[in-house]
Amino acid sequence: MNAVTGSAAARCAPAWRAPLIVLAVGLVAWWVLPDQLGLVTRLAVTALLVLSLDLVVGIAGLATLGHAALFGAGAYAAGTFALRMHPDPLLGLAVGVGAGALLALASGAFLLRYSGFTFLMLTVAVAQIVLSLAQKGRDWTGGDDGLTGFTMAPLLGRFAFDMEGRTAALYAIAVLAAGLYLARRVVDSPFGLAVRGIHENRARMAALGTPVFARLLAMYTVAGALAGAAGALSAQTNAIVGMDSLSFALSAELLVMLILGGAGRLTGALIGALVFTLLHHTAASINPYHWLFIVGAALMVVVLLPPQKAWNWLRARMGATT
Amino acid sequence: MQTLLNIGIDGIAYGMVLFVIAVGLSVTLGLMRFVNLSHGAFAMIGGYAAALLTREAHWNFWLALPVAVLGTALIGALLEALVLRHLYKRSELEQVLFTIGLAFFLIALTNALAGPQVQLITLPPLLAQSVDLGFRTLPAQRLLVIAAGLLVAAGAAWTMARTRFGIWLRAAVDHADTASTLGIPIRTVQCASFAVGAALAGLGGVLGAELMPLEPYYALKYLVLVLVVVAVGGMGSIMGSLVAALSLGTIETASKYLASEWGSLFFFVAMAAMLALRPHGLLKR
Repeated sequence: MNAVTGSAAARCAPAWRAPLIVLAVGLVAWWVLPDQLGLVTRLAVTALLVLSLDLVVGIAGLATLGHAALFGAGAYAAGTFALRMHPDPLLGLAVGVGAGALLALASGAFLLRYSGFTFLMLTVAVAQIVLSLAQKGRDWTGGDDGLTGFTMAPLLGRFAFDMEGRTAALYAIAVLAAGLYLARRVVDSPFGLAVRGIHENRARMAALGTPVFARLLAMYTVAGALAGAAGALSAQTNAIVGMDSLSFALSAELLVMLILGGAGRLTGALIGALVFTLLHHTAASINPYHWLFIVGAALMVVVLLPPQKAWNWLRARMGATT
Repeated sequence: MQTLLNIGIDGIAYGMVLFVIAVGLSVTLGLMRFVNLSHGAFAMIGGYAAALLTREAHWNFWLALPVAVLGTALIGALLEALVLRHLYKRSELEQVLFTIGLAFFLIALTNALAGPQVQLITLPPLLAQSVDLGFRTLPAQRLLVIAAGLLVAAGAAWTMARTRFGIWLRAAVDHADTASTLGIPIRTVQCASFAVGAALAGLGGVLGAELMPLEPYYALKYLVLVLVVVAVGGMGSIMGSLVAALSLGTIETASKYLASEWGSLFFFVAMAAMLALRPHGLLKR
């Protein structure tokens, strides 16, 4: 219900508006915070990843705890491509997108035959299988040491990746804006509308003649492509891919970010990623266990006091006083 | 042959621990449709209580065990009555978020109170010795684990099939609203089953401390395993959980013995295959 009202309001705005705002905010952050470019890059990558998760959870209504597999596939594919084939970042990005989409297509063809709790647990299984395979394939993935030793060629042949990460941050922000534009267009297309309809009522959409399985599989593949892009970005900007990019903890954290920002509205994914990553950045630098205290308490409060309710309350207050 | 017997014994012990922890979660999922991701934390609470009582307070293990289990039951009942029951009507996603937040919180609290190191439970001499089975010697503790698992399975099956409480529970699982109109005290059944589930998780935490070391991240580390057992066994099915726990425990142990470099691959492949063939549980069509 939230999903429909949210995107109905957004459909009045042109699809390029939110990406432009993201681009502008990103540029300002890049300009104002030259010491924090690593954080800015990580924010952009995380936001893109949560955005792709929103397509699965918020738009298609499929609760998944295996999203890290798609991210990790993109990251390892891009890293391996840079190491063994060609160091060009844009080609690597395309390879990451392809890997994420391919894994999503293959696993989705199996997973999407199930729904609810079974689907949720099967996504966990698929992600753990991918993780085990990555651990086994030490020669290709570097095992627990991580995949390292690749360097990226200059972006578009001109802009080299420098030590301060100036190019990396701009690159990540640009890809995020492009990803957001793409996601917005997909969600507002007739295809996106059909998928949202399936989320609302699967049986009714099937009765209307919508091929439910094919639509969901297509949406899952699009989300896999975006997650793969985020993985490729992460690999290229950090020059290392670790096992944690496939971990269960990452999948769970992504879901937390999405719910924190509000699922089904795309912008919520960006806000959730921003808030969560900033919280993590500040709290974890003090003590990793403090971080758990804060995020645990935040999660419980978010459920007991949903953001939507808090917003409405705040809006009513503001409206009443002014 | 020797290896096969070893795998059998260790796999059954491991499966029994998984079963004892998972059975409570299976019942809460089946009965109240409540996705409780903080269930692993109950096992951790039980294990920590037993460890602290035996090591710091020098209690006898046989005294500390029931106290730890009852303490976990009490904490479970309080949590259910005060907070969790308000979440039964919420969406699954909200339940997942709240309980995982609770698990995070308890992990941080455990670390703050007891420190990040692994906790050991002091075993009485009877359990610390090893038993000669003819083909190998086995820690007596493993035998206790297997015996306790069998007892829990038999006890749970008997309660479900023969007692009034079991009838109420099954009625509530099938249709809570109808059961309530028929005069079954739904709230009592819910609270009691939650507390018993927590107590069993605590028992599993104490018994399994040798196989699953007690540390602050325990609550999350083994959560996935327990959830897998519940999903494969079928929500609310006690015998399904037992079969799932034993087969998955044996597969995990066998892959540790024979193909350790593959990690948990076979465990999850087996789980995916079983879930794909029987999405509603091993023993259900």
